[in-house]
Amino acid sequence: MRDLTDRALDTATILGAGYAESRVVRRLDESIAIKTGRVEGVASGETEGFGVRVLVDGAWGFASSHILTMEEADRVAADAVRIARASGTALREPTVLDDRPPAHGTYETPLQEDPFEVPLERKIADLLAADQAASGVKGIAFTESMYAAQREWKTFAATDGSYTEQTITHVGSAVEANAIDGDEHQRRSYPDAGGGWNAAGYEYIRSLDLERTAGPLAEEAVALLTAPQCPSGRTTIILDPSQLYLQVHESCGHPTELDRVFGTEASYAGTSFLTTDKLDEGFRYGSDLVTIVADATAPGGMGTFGWDDEGVAAQAVPLVQNGIFTGYLSSRETAPRIGRQSGGAMRADGWNRIPLIRMTNINLLPQPGMSLDDIVADTDDGLYLASNRSWSIDDRRLNFQFATEVAYEIKGGKKGRLFKNPTYTGITYEFWRSCDAVGDERSYVMLGTPNCGKGEPGQTGHVGHAVPGARFRNVQVGVGKW
Amino acid sequence: MNDERAHDALALAERALGHAMREGPSEAEVLVMTEDAALTRFANSQIHQNVAETNVVVNLRFVVGTRVGVASSGRTDEEGLKRLAASAAAIARVVEELPDWAGLPEPTPIEEIVEAYAPATAEASPELRADGVRAVIAAADTAGVTAYGSFSTGTETTAVANSKGIRAGGTRTVAQLLTVSMGPGGGTGYAESASVDATAIDAAAIGRESADKARATANAVTIEAGDYPVVLEEYAVVDLLDMLGYLGFSALAVQEERSFVEIGKRIGSDLVTIVDDGRDPAGLPMAFDYEGVPKQRVTLLERGVCAGVVYDVQTAAKDGVTSTGHGLPAPNAYGPFPLNGVMAAGDASRDELIGGLDRGLLVTRFHYTNPVHPKLAIITGMTRDGTFLVEGGRIVGPVKNLRFTQSYLDAMAGVVGVARERKTLKGFLGGVVVPALRLEGWTFTGTTEH
Repeated sequence: MRDLTDRALDTATILGAGYAESRVVRRLDESIAIKTGRVEGVASGETEGFGVRVLVDGAWGFASSHILTMEEADRVAADAVRIARASGTALREPTVLDDRPPAHGTYETPLQEDPFEVPLERKIADLLAADQAASGVKGIAFTESMYAAQREWKTFAATDGSYTEQTITHVGSAVEANAIDGDEHQRRSYPDAGGGWNAAGYEYIRSLDLERTAGPLAEEAVALLTAPQCPSGRTTIILDPSQLYLQVHESCGHPTELDRVFGTEASYAGTSFLTTDKLDEGFRYGSDLVTIVADATAPGGMGTFGWDDEGVAAQAVPLVQNGIFTGYLSSRETAPRIGRQSGGAMRADGWNRIPLIRMTNINLLPQPGMSLDDIVADTDDGLYLASNRSWSIDDRRLNFQFATEVAYEIKGGKKGRLFKNPTYTGITYEFWRSCDAVGDERSYVMLGTPNCGKGEPGQTGHVGHAVPGARFRNVQVGVGKW
Repeated sequence: MNDERAHDALALAERALGHAMREGPSEAEVLVMTEDAALTRFANSQIHQNVAETNVVVNLRFVVGTRVGVASSGRTDEEGLKRLAASAAAIARVVEELPDWAGLPEPTPIEEIVEAYAPATAEASPELRADGVRAVIAAADTAGVTAYGSFSTGTETTAVANSKGIRAGGTRTVAQLLTVSMGPGGGTGYAESASVDATAIDAAAIGRESADKARATANAVTIEAGDYPVVLEEYAVVDLLDMLGYLGFSALAVQEERSFVEIGKRIGSDLVTIVDDGRDPAGLPMAFDYEGVPKQRVTLLERGVCAGVVYDVQTAAKDGVTSTGHGLPAPNAYGPFPLNGVMAAGDASRDELIGGLDRGLLVTRFHYTNPVHPKLAIITGMTRDGTFLVEGGRIVGPVKNLRFTQSYLDAMAGVVGVARERKTLKGFLGGVVVPALRLEGWTFTGTTEH
């Protein structure tokens, strides 16, 4: 690939780029979809191409192509420079990048069992067994089970001499059971409706033990059809990791993206309430128990890599320390504006997209002292909420509303009856300030989502979230009937 | 029409089909999608991202009896196509049989849509997009606000070739300009336009509409959550069509009993008629679907009554009907999808819609909507970029954004006014044509700080 990246960088430089970088990406995907015991879809996909991003007089341009030839490298580099010059016609503040050292080396996701080497028949049989354990339960209308794997080979080169090669592998799988009675539709999923995902090999899929979990899960979906509606009102809630990871994603991950703060996502995803004055003043984001870190080195996380897509080395960046807002997800362009170096959070969705500030692994650190069971036992009256069902948050990441698949009543320190259709809502910092218990290592688990949307044209990001369970006081549960 | 692109894509599909047939399938289908797309993005009244791509995807559906394997690749060389065929064939050999597999579709004549393609969009340069962006920024400067947004232009070619004889190819163009304005006192505004022809988009007018709204929403006040009559501007109405299409108007959703649709059941007021029409030149037309089946006009809601759903080949076979041309690329767990929603116009002006509100809210657009209860189409989301209190038929002033938790079915039933003007906008997956609406009730369930 070096010939191609050298050619693209040389051409861009000759044509006037002050800085240029090129990424060549080959991506392999494999997926299995099963619906109610039927293998509905098995697919594989492969895409390969390269992109060239240039700075010309402080203005950005980017072009990309699936054709990997020297002639195309020249054409794409020239196109990127022409686009950058067009950008220059509406430029008020030229871009300045931080001065990170050139990046060199290789990185590969550690794994034990290559998912692309496991026979397809084996993977189908494993998923089918799990799906049938759920679909065989009386009262289940349909089940949906999925397995997917993705591998990306990525070469990055820049005019400062950087050259890195990375091979990153992600796998995910899930079972979802659906029960329907008239207008009532209930579902239970494990580990998550979108799949439990890790940067790992097939050993992660085996560790999920879907077949053992699927039957009881399906029975719970059926039981929810006749469960009482979750009562509304202000109460104590305990969030299972299967819901808490998305709470972290939406209400901490996104608002700490520094591009949002500077308005460059305003036209699509929105901005952020965590403005830079809040960093300077030491804004209280949460209670003393809340410490959140963006850790691109965390084992198993889908936000783990060797270098980001600007060639910045993976690192752990504190976002919230003991409740105080302390840092952002940042890039080489945005970090200098707050007097810092890039935190290495620029990630692109393939060869045909520019890197954007994305979450790496946004982890809520466990606190020693209480297991999740201890927290339940310590709760006299409240609700235990598990498995996300829907999510929504405003464009500055303040007002959120989540629905979970299930709520369990807590009385006298014990989990009891089921409630259906639970929702809870709040304002981000008020919610995190109400956190009065965070589980220890025993419930700390790496989860994540493979479908984090951002940018125009749209990009889908794979991000990780390691979280334990946690308790929050005086939270509004339910909105009217829901 | 750019026949050369479609011709090239069909030739590629033929080559891929040839490699597939040598692997011995009982049926095979190749879908080729090529794209030349560019997008100029601006923020803080300057261009900050500016991108272009040339891409191709070759998707192969390989069938052995009732076993189906799917593989896709970005490679177009002979070795790459050969590998694609081998990969799909290998999958088809190990998957289970689909007892109700209906087979691939037979050829049906496809009528070209001349209006789907505009040379000006296909030839749009970075300089043309920058011109449009500068016009938006100039409008923002004049109003004393800051401009954010994007201007995209793209040419998409789709070709389908299958072993039953389908040979479908077509090229269309799509352009979209959208902008968010931010002004003093926390004011924000929004405007958008989509068109087949990039030069038909009036960038300055879009810039002025958004900038004026940002000025008008300065110093918004908090209003208590609760039930209010509303006027929804076109940008908000898009979400109603998208969500109802996603949750209900797909044959697969009905077959799986997760849809609210029952043919003949009333869910909307007499004023609501929605069709899906891929051939409507007012939208962003496409002549055939990703299975090579021509798009039919399907009436989804006729004067408030459920009239139909969209089909692909597999769901149509199950119901003993023919595909309406709404198949998505395989593998497709979502089933068929209405991509070209068109809501019938009414007879009211925008001022008349607002004038009909005794005390209610005017909503510009929604943000981050998501189903809370899919079967009842209960959705939560936020308002954004311009929410106003209306009293006595007149806009009193801006209010801070609100969260809603609202059944979109109840919303359809509560439509009491429909605008005669409509806008062409980009929806979740395709182009939609929508009017503004007045509804007798909307349930707001929370407030926020801006």
